[in-house]
Amino acid sequence: MESLIGLLVAAPLLGAAVLLCGGRIPQIDRTGHWLGTVLAFTSFVLGLVLFADMLGKDGEERALQSHLFTWVPVEGFQADAAFQLDQLSMTFVLLITGVGSLIHLYSVGYMEHDERRRRFFGYLNLFLAAMLLLVLADNFLLLYVGWEGVGLASYLLIGFWQHKPSAATAAKKAFIVNRVGDVGLSIAIMLMFVTFGTFAFEPVMNSVGETSEGKLTAIGLMLLLAACGKSAQVPLQSWLGDAMEGPTPVSALIHAATMVTAGVYLIVRSGAIFEAAPDAQLVVTIVGAVTLLFGAIVGCAKDDIKKALAGSTMSQIGYMVLAAGLGPIGYAFAIMHLVTHGFFKAGLFLGAGSVMHGMNDEVDMRKYGGLRKYMPVTFVTFGLGYLAIIGFPGLSGFFSKDAIIEAAFAKGGTQGWILGGAALLGAAITAYYMTRVMLMTFFGEKRWEPDANGEMPHPHESPRSMTIPMILLAVGSVGAGAFFDVGERFVHWLEPVTGFEHGHLPEGLSVAMVTGATVTCMVLGVAAAWLQYGRRPVPAAAPRGSLLTRAARRDLLQDDFNHVALVKPGEYLTRGLVYLDHKLVDGIVNGTAAAFGGLSGRMRRIQNGYARSYAVSMFGGAVVLIAATLLMRAV
Amino acid sequence: MNPVNYLYLSALLFTIGAAGVVIRRNAIVVFMCVELMLNAGNLALVTFSRMHGNLDGQIVAFFTMVVAAAEVVVGLAIIVSVYRSRHSASVDDAALMKL
Repeated sequence: MESLIGLLVAAPLLGAAVLLCGGRIPQIDRTGHWLGTVLAFTSFVLGLVLFADMLGKDGEERALQSHLFTWVPVEGFQADAAFQLDQLSMTFVLLITGVGSLIHLYSVGYMEHDERRRRFFGYLNLFLAAMLLLVLADNFLLLYVGWEGVGLASYLLIGFWQHKPSAATAAKKAFIVNRVGDVGLSIAIMLMFVTFGTFAFEPVMNSVGETSEGKLTAIGLMLLLAACGKSAQVPLQSWLGDAMEGPTPVSALIHAATMVTAGVYLIVRSGAIFEAAPDAQLVVTIVGAVTLLFGAIVGCAKDDIKKALAGSTMSQIGYMVLAAGLGPIGYAFAIMHLVTHGFFKAGLFLGAGSVMHGMNDEVDMRKYGGLRKYMPVTFVTFGLGYLAIIGFPGLSGFFSKDAIIEAAFAKGGTQGWILGGAALLGAAITAYYMTRVMLMTFFGEKRWEPDANGEMPHPHESPRSMTIPMILLAVGSVGAGAFFDVGERFVHWLEPVTGFEHGHLPEGLSVAMVTGATVTCMVLGVAAAWLQYGRRPVPAAAPRGSLLTRAARRDLLQDDFNHVALVKPGEYLTRGLVYLDHKLVDGIVNGTAAAFGGLSGRMRRIQNGYARSYAVSMFGGAVVLIAATLLMRAV
Repeated sequence: MNPVNYLYLSALLFTIGAAGVVIRRNAIVVFMCVELMLNAGNLALVTFSRMHGNLDGQIVAFFTMVVAAAEVVVGLAIIVSVYRSRHSASVDDAALMKL
């Protein structure tokens, strides 16, 4: 069984290698997309086999180890390429390969007319391989390899249509913002090595107790910085909205199965460190709470369907980070929300892609309207994903989000009330913006406009290869939550890895009250959106809006903030350095060169080409030498 | 006769030769002056040999003659070929090796 773990990563990696290196071979170019899809499914099947095997064992004995080779065998520095498959990794493996395979299948239809389809599938496979490496590594160094691989693959995919300057810029932005987080991870790994002398998960987590809290706080904060970069949390959230420039399946893959989940995985995996460093843990919850409100507010103001969904992803990941910061009362729920979110967010993005496919790639929701009659399958699957994300009772988002809100209240004290309140408010805003997306896209009157070529859109249902993944994901969106919640199945599944404690709600609060409040908030959000967008027609041009609306349209001024706080000072610094370089460094170098140049210009006059003049200097020299010799002897 | 007189003669011949090399323009004459200097050197060597009563100076003088003979062969050949190509034996005319 252990040997299958390596194959899990190897299958998509092989696909990436064949598709990216063998591109000139016509057979590969024609059928490459099926190769990529089959290899993704192969990985999924391998995951299922390992899962079945794992279920056959007892909780504590389920973790598998697989040592590949010693990567860096140096005295005092042992880096192993080794895999570890425990329940946490298993959850991710199934999510990544399962949702990833469906997205591969969907892309077959979506990218049908793109002449660089083979390369697209190569990148998708690379993405899967890197993400699998990330979650299967048994030490932080190998995790870092996967981490960088994910960054590379996201860069390639976001900028896939690099002929559009906006896509190229978005790809660069994602890569650079991610680099900031990556620096955090590399510093954390170095700190770990200095502190613990190793960076394998198990020895690090076991020796946490013997380390000072200050060091652990530093490591925790650096890990959080890394997580913020990959998971698009405040303050490194700015890349996520622009990443919508990539093809829609990429957005689905980044937002549901890979990439943004990596940060949550990192925090949960390093749970022991955060538990021993309460300050770092508090910062994690604050980042989560701020981001969940930030993303939700941004999502309310966007007219671009994909950007509205991007805001929602940011917000939902905020929930997960918040839960991950709560310690053992929250880890399992963070991962549970991650999985259910994987289903409904992938479904929503694929639905959005299907809508765009039918509407001549129009993304402005103000130019949609009334699409439910024309795209029934998309409407139903998108609708189920919508009900799941707003936490409609009985669907999967309800169970996972409600559990997180309860856990936030259960943190206790003022912190618990603030975090729980933020999470509740987030639930209301989520209901508002998702209802808005739903109403503007599928209900109301038609507001279609001709595209750039003057063609009116003719909305139609998408091909089978696109609708089947959407249907499967909708099934997951509906059923996953209830399935996980029955008898706390999911919590018990993860307990041996992450640990679990029941959170205790503060005095005067009961589970029913929290659930009731969550549902009330959701209903209020839906009602507010209906009053604004359902009851009266949607204006085709965006109204000016309040100050907050305008700020939210500009992503709450995040880019402006980055520009003023980081880009401008950076520019001044570089300008200063360039000035210094020109005047001081170049001055010294050029001055020295000019001095020697002038000197030699004068010296070269001696070199006049007349042999007789050379002879004179030679005789002169000889005379001087002899005179000197005689003089020395006389003295 | 005092051998030092030979040294005076040698110094005189060397100076004449050196002055010739520096002053004269005709390559052949310059060449002859170089020979004069070499032979002045030889004379000094032989004189020293006589003064010190050993044969070292004479042996070196033989070496000098051999080297001078070889030098004449090469040097004259160069002068002749320069004359053929430039129709001039003036050393100042061959002043191309400059900036």
